[in-house]
Amino acid sequence: MGHVVIDVMLKPEILDPQGQAVRGALPRLGFEQFADVRQGKRFVLTVEGDVTEEHLAAAREAAEKLLSNPVIEDVVSVRAATSHDTDPGQ
Amino acid sequence: MKVGVVTFPGSLDDRDALRAVTAVGAEAVSLWHGDADLRGVDAVILPGGFSYGDYLRCGAIARFAPVMDALVPAAQGGLPVLGICNGFQVLCESHLLPGALIRNDHRKFNCVDQRLVVQNNQTPWTSDFEVGQEITIVLKNGEGGYVADEATLDELEGEGRVVFRYAGDNPNGSYRAIAGVTNERGNVVGLMPHPEHAIEEGYGPSVDGLKFFTSVLKAAVNA
Repeated sequence: MGHVVIDVMLKPEILDPQGQAVRGALPRLGFEQFADVRQGKRFVLTVEGDVTEEHLAAAREAAEKLLSNPVIEDVVSVRAATSHDTDPGQ
Repeated sequence: MKVGVVTFPGSLDDRDALRAVTAVGAEAVSLWHGDADLRGVDAVILPGGFSYGDYLRCGAIARFAPVMDALVPAAQGGLPVLGICNGFQVLCESHLLPGALIRNDHRKFNCVDQRLVVQNNQTPWTSDFEVGQEITIVLKNGEGGYVADEATLDELEGEGRVVFRYAGDNPNGSYRAIAGVTNERGNVVGLMPHPEHAIEEGYGPSVDGLKFFTSVLKAAVNA
């Protein structure tokens, strides 16, 4: 099984209330050094076999059409997963 | 005159919208998300609620429901369409209306009697209002912040396509206090507050919502 990883972030000019909520909580845990937090979304799409260029092209199209709203969000990256993505413990 | 109301999985206010249509003497027709069929209606309402659990983004999955395959071209062809709350979000996700709705800036769910100023009475959904008229209807949502880029906002203002603006304090951080907008043609209107909850004395803050429905009835008669 291969995996395609897609990262989506709110555009910089769009207010991110969720990120702000997280930003507000960090100092309460003693994390004073982070000036701002932006929260995004990661999608992991699974395919049979290895990830091909065709898979990546289809994933890019899906990212633009459904997984992101181009009015408020940017698709930051679409890429084949590495072993680190699928098993961070490695 | 027949007005259709679409039910998606997770729609909440479809019954109230159907009831409001009936209250002004029009025929209310239930439309189903899974059918690419508008059943010959003269206008369509996309109701409030949490279609598909608001997963991914509000309205993002409803946009691809089979009924939208019929609705999008009909709306582009001039069919009057009103999106209320989640319906507004669906219209934005469908690109029938510009902009998008994001989480309220204060991050709390709003449930208030909201004052609005009518800015445009040239749409089939607002013709019974006066420009500048203040109305009070219910606002109840968690993701009601209207956003768009500056160029789009300027275009909306310049073309008179801001249909409703919040009066008093901005309840959710909407850019330029925009509560509702229309498309270039003026037949598609979306707003976050709920006219269908303000049609009967004793149930809601006013009966100001009735005029949305009497307006569209008149538009159909004159069409």
